[in-house]
Amino acid sequence: MTEGISTEAISAEAISTEGISAKPVLRLESLAKSFGGLRVTDAVTLEVRPGELHAVIGPNGAGKTTLINQISGLLAPDAGRIVFCGEDVTSLPVHARARRGLARSFQITSILPGFSALENVALAVQARAGTSFSFLRSASAEAALNAPARAALAQVGLAERADVPAGALAHGEKRALELAIALAMEPKLLLLDEPMAGTGHDESARLVAVLRELKGRFPMVLVEHDMGAVFALADRISVLIYGRILASGTPEEVRADRAVVAAYLGDEME
Amino acid sequence: MVQAALTAPPAARRSPLRGNALPLAIFLILALTPLFAVFGAQAYVLSLVTRVMIFAIAALALDLLVGYGALVSFGHAAFVGLGAYAIGILSSHGITEILVALPVALIVAVLFAYLTGIVCLRTRGVHFIMITLAFSQMIYFTASSLAPYGGDDGLTIQTRATLLGLNILGNDRALYYISFACLAGAYLLCRALVASRFGRVYRGARENPLRVATIGFPVYRYQLVAYLIAGALGSLSGFLLGNATDFVSPAYMSWQRSGELLIMVILGGLGTLDGAIIGAAAFILSEEWLSGLTEHWKVIFGPLLVLVAIFARGGLLGLVARLRGAPHD
Amino acid sequence: MSTTLLIVQILNGLQLGVLLFLIAAGLTLVFGVMDFINLAHGVQYMLGAYLAVMFYSLTGNFFFALVLALLAALAFGLLLEFAVFRHLYDRDHVDQVIATFGIIMLLNQGVKLVWGAAPLSLPIPELFSGSVALMPGLLYPVWRLVIIASGLAVALLLYLLVSKTRAGMLVRAGATHAPMVAALGVDIRRLFMVVFGFGTMLAGFAGIMIAPILSVEPGMGDTILILAFVVIVIGGIGSIRGAFIAALLIGLVDTLGRSFAVDIMRLFLSPAPARTVGPALASMLIYLVMALVLYFRPAGLFPAKGR
Repeated sequence: MTEGISTEAISAEAISTEGISAKPVLRLESLAKSFGGLRVTDAVTLEVRPGELHAVIGPNGAGKTTLINQISGLLAPDAGRIVFCGEDVTSLPVHARARRGLARSFQITSILPGFSALENVALAVQARAGTSFSFLRSASAEAALNAPARAALAQVGLAERADVPAGALAHGEKRALELAIALAMEPKLLLLDEPMAGTGHDESARLVAVLRELKGRFPMVLVEHDMGAVFALADRISVLIYGRILASGTPEEVRADRAVVAAYLGDEME
Repeated sequence: MVQAALTAPPAARRSPLRGNALPLAIFLILALTPLFAVFGAQAYVLSLVTRVMIFAIAALALDLLVGYGALVSFGHAAFVGLGAYAIGILSSHGITEILVALPVALIVAVLFAYLTGIVCLRTRGVHFIMITLAFSQMIYFTASSLAPYGGDDGLTIQTRATLLGLNILGNDRALYYISFACLAGAYLLCRALVASRFGRVYRGARENPLRVATIGFPVYRYQLVAYLIAGALGSLSGFLLGNATDFVSPAYMSWQRSGELLIMVILGGLGTLDGAIIGAAAFILSEEWLSGLTEHWKVIFGPLLVLVAIFARGGLLGLVARLRGAPHD
Repeated sequence: MSTTLLIVQILNGLQLGVLLFLIAAGLTLVFGVMDFINLAHGVQYMLGAYLAVMFYSLTGNFFFALVLALLAALAFGLLLEFAVFRHLYDRDHVDQVIATFGIIMLLNQGVKLVWGAAPLSLPIPELFSGSVALMPGLLYPVWRLVIIASGLAVALLLYLLVSKTRAGMLVRAGATHAPMVAALGVDIRRLFMVVFGFGTMLAGFAGIMIAPILSVEPGMGDTILILAFVVIVIGGIGSIRGAFIAALLIGLVDTLGRSFAVDIMRLFLSPAPARTVGPALASMLIYLVMALVLYFRPAGLFPAKGR
């Protein structure tokens, strides 16, 4: 049962910052994590609303990836709660959160290099399409897996590269594959950890176009350094500095916030 | 870690010959051997090749773990031993019925695989290697201390397993073809497994367990099931071995035996299934030939292993692929 | 079960522990710094014993034999490193297992070729022969005390080397993160060679020291190798401190377990089953300990690699 993510009803424009009636898809409540003496996540409270693209920005070392790791379940927070679609998932393992619709892409490409691009995505489709404790039928022959997989690949522009071993893809193509895998999971929330990391100008623009098309279909948390992409796509932005949220609001609000400009944006914007 | 040696996609890694030509050739040769053996010392050839096929079953199971799952088990011989002791112990009590003894052998193996697997699979890398070794050592010492069943000296199996009273394994030829059938069955099962949905998750977990988990699969559960299957196949191999040699001893599950099984799989070519059969044949036949040449054959075999380890990446199948200039390697 | 017997077995346990430490120390370093599974470490121990026997028959003096055997063992170890091992540092553990397994085969058969299959022996040096009365009624062989003392001395030496010298610091760093050490400009090949050579000498030394009380025969390294692996896995790979503690633990558990298993079992079972279950349980005991430790601490007690 999804909460307020009937994507036909909600589009990006309909989300306003004042007063929201639908329940948040993701709510982080005072999340905290320390490594030794270093507070990497400091009482982070954040909400992701249905259908919105919520960007998380901040300088290197601010703890953005650590935050994503806690949300997806790779890292256990020291304190605080993570509520996903109304359910407290703080103590659930990674695969259980993924099953509930929490998909993520990785900052450092994490795909299955020995599998073809198609097989990578088909695996993700497989996770939602019945049991995988099937031992005798050949999986690569299953149209029920291949068709949605091809569709996802087409969405990110990799339709022609479906049968190429994923390890042989170009860097930008691998980033797109990461996205395709996440899409194939029919996510209720998509966590994108620097999808444009290391991509050139053209590929970056292509990814922005893909993300723009996907906007509104499901909520996304986008961690990015590429400010152009962030301000073009985000409905709301949260600024993470030294592990804590300095500001959170619409792009205009954040751009105008003096503290944010001083701490981070000053160097990024002209 | 095994990832590094297995970067080629499964299809490319499989065989230097097109598609199924290699396994068909292998099984054809195995099927026809008894006919050709008439020209030589028949009983000797039959028993030798039977042994090859029996160990090939265990090697297939180990390839499933090591080659496709990167789970380097140094305790695989324990399952072989369990299967052999199952028929050994039951036979000594007069129970030779296959329909009883074989299920017992399989169930004991699966139970052992489960109890040890839940501990082993919590570890990674060398710890996994060591803990599988530890568990097989435990079984080894248990068998050594079973005085009523021969202890260290082992147990002679007076009567082989029978099916509904029929002494079907008594004849060397019959035993040969039954082993052949079991090998064929095991091979087909493994091929299907690897290509199935289960196999895809399992193989994915070898490439990138984190990724597979974040897609929504509890990797541990899949690895455990694979471990159970491998244990059962190993036990089948042991069951046949006990019948073939009319003997079982703790040596069947020594760590040296586990090492030899690993050598067989690597020699043939990890992660190819065909390689497991070829490796078992290569190992056992070389051992047989060399020990016929000299009593000190290990002085030759040892360095040979070293050379294989250093130079023959991908085992014999990898070597053949490279010699033919195959593009995938 | 008397106190005398208990003390004797505790001392025996310490002696085994110290021996295990000598072997495990080299093994854990090689594994920790070079990520190399060296199954051939056990035959290096065996070789130490055989070389000691050989040099003793040539010189008639234990101490000359000790020194010569140590040097010969070191030379042989370095030869192995140069000819075989250094080609395998970047390879998978499986390849390393196969290669070192092959070395075991070669050497176990090789010593049979050279020295024959019959067990050999080495007399205890005059100075340390006989027993000493540690307590009224408690006689304990002097040589075993020498083994314990020399083992502890080596442990102390290793501790000082590793924690107080620059070379030791490099080794510790290498055990934690070898590629980083290489990236910092340290000649990693030379470091590997030094670590390996040292480990070889330790194993050889253990073989030499044990030769007077154990029979020297082909395959004597195999059982001790498995025990040594159990030790380093429990202690934590790459950690000498872990190896020391685990070695003493295993030495004591194994020795005391074997001596008193039947007696302990008799508390729960009748004599006949106790006599079967006891020894079986004793043999399994250290593996049970290892399984238990790994269940709660999958990386051992003192893992060197940062978490």
